[in-house]
Amino acid sequence: MMEMRLAREAFGDMLVKLGKTNNNIVVMDADLSKSTMTWKFAKEFQERFFDMGIAEQDMTATAAGLALAGKIPFIATYGVFLPGRCWDQVRISICYANLNVKIAVAHGGVSVGPDGATHQALEDISLLRCLPNMTVLVPADAVEMEKCMAAIVEYVGPVAIRFGREKVPVITSASTPFVIGKSTVLREGKDVTIIGIGSLMLYEAMLAADELAKKNISVRIINMYSVKPIDKEAIIKACEETKGIVTVEEHTVMGGFGSAVAEVVVQNKPVKMRLVGTQDRFGESGKPAELLQEFGLTSPFIQKAVLEVLK
Amino acid sequence: MAKEFDLKKLEQMAKKIRRDILAMLTEAGSGHPGGSLSSTEIMTVLYFFEMNHKPENPQWQDRDRFILSKGHACPVLYAALAESGYFPVEELKTLRKLGSRLQGHPHRLKTPGIDMSSGSLGQGLSVANGLALASKLDQKSYRAYCLMGCGEVQEGSVWEAAMAAAHYKLDNICAIIDYNQLQIDGHVEKVKGIAPLADKWRAFNWNAIEVNGHSIPELIDAFKKARETKGKPSILIAHTIKGKGVSFMENKPEWHGVVPTKEQTELALKELEVVLS
Repeated sequence: MMEMRLAREAFGDMLVKLGKTNNNIVVMDADLSKSTMTWKFAKEFQERFFDMGIAEQDMTATAAGLALAGKIPFIATYGVFLPGRCWDQVRISICYANLNVKIAVAHGGVSVGPDGATHQALEDISLLRCLPNMTVLVPADAVEMEKCMAAIVEYVGPVAIRFGREKVPVITSASTPFVIGKSTVLREGKDVTIIGIGSLMLYEAMLAADELAKKNISVRIINMYSVKPIDKEAIIKACEETKGIVTVEEHTVMGGFGSAVAEVVVQNKPVKMRLVGTQDRFGESGKPAELLQEFGLTSPFIQKAVLEVLK
Repeated sequence: MAKEFDLKKLEQMAKKIRRDILAMLTEAGSGHPGGSLSSTEIMTVLYFFEMNHKPENPQWQDRDRFILSKGHACPVLYAALAESGYFPVEELKTLRKLGSRLQGHPHRLKTPGIDMSSGSLGQGLSVANGLALASKLDQKSYRAYCLMGCGEVQEGSVWEAAMAAAHYKLDNICAIIDYNQLQIDGHVEKVKGIAPLADKWRAFNWNAIEVNGHSIPELIDAFKKARETKGKPSILIAHTIKGKGVSFMENKPEWHGVVPTKEQTELALKELEVVLS
């Protein structure tokens, strides 16, 4: 059995760790510090934590002001609210002004579960990646979150990191490098490449690959944690070395991660593709595992997509 | 000891800034004269009396910060910056043209002296709060100034910021509302009423000071009172006239986003007792 961990807990722990050596780090939340785990930082560094209340627009533009003065603000809340509620503040005050604000997009995807559609962020990647100057990262699991946090503190400029609510399998290792703009091959293969984000989906991809191996289908799996800038080289290589591509994401396929991969594929080395993700619909209430199935995100759906690409 | 001021000199500067605004907008062929002219004295007092800044060193860390939340009024800001010496007055003619450092709305990465990009209303006060928080965190003495339009307070995010500034007791922030009573669609009270404006800010636990926004001595005094108020943020509710200084523009909402023709500008400049050069 794979180790299961909360990526958001690693996020909270890393804030504390980085905050100890970097006095410029300030953290803001919008009344969700228990969920996003920014409470850990608040407990340790009271004077550098600001709860902005239920006011995401204010939080976002205030972070821009703090960044103007040389601070490194981390702002956290659910993805449905940030960038959902305050996209204009992200666009103008953070991206157009090109300020060093780090956005923690928590509770991404349908696996948020029983809270239902209003709280399941399925459009955040689309909303963020279209903004100039914005970097969009999806650390696969808790281990990768640790590396990701260390990397984005060093990087100067707007960054959004996305993670989910549930414990997810740890599929990466501490020794694998995390480089913005790069990706990691989790498994080699020669027939089809599955490119995915988030260990919840990448784990399903691995299960699918195991099943397909029984049919003598060899699947390459890439963890594309850097959604923007995206690792074009790895995508084009996959187009050249395998017969087609399946993308997997716990997010809408409309303008999301799969679209980002498709933009590279169609303009460089067109191959057959299938995009596994939520389709043109809102989320709904249910248990996380039920929802993954309901929305067509589990291993059997990925297997089907791979077979379609090979047809 | 109160800082001395030369009223004649400041009035002369306001006149110069008005001339710059009209000239650059006429040249640009588009832009926003009404709200630029209404905030001319406010900006004159800020840049030529109230704020600590160094035009020769725009990134001076201890400078007071200024956020033009009503970004469309940037002609008045560009004029104040040019007259201060951040860039040549001549450059004002490039306003809104391709490749210009003077964008249609302020952009911090293009123009020396611009602290923040703005243009989408309702964001500036939060940005100013962030600067004020940082100033306190770093135990600095610089202050954050933020100019908003009166129609702008219809944006809900302004009130989120108002709540935050009072909560964090940001007495190093001074907001100013250019209360010219007009917005694009007409009179503010007809479009969506904001009165009683000072009472609203007081209810949000701000020190609200009502002032004649065209009286330089009154503005100077109000900024001083704001600076001396501790434990809560201050706001100047500056009563102004949209299009102030140009008789045919005054109190006319249609001059929000329409620029004068060359002939109209000549007429306007005559009124300002300055001949078009």
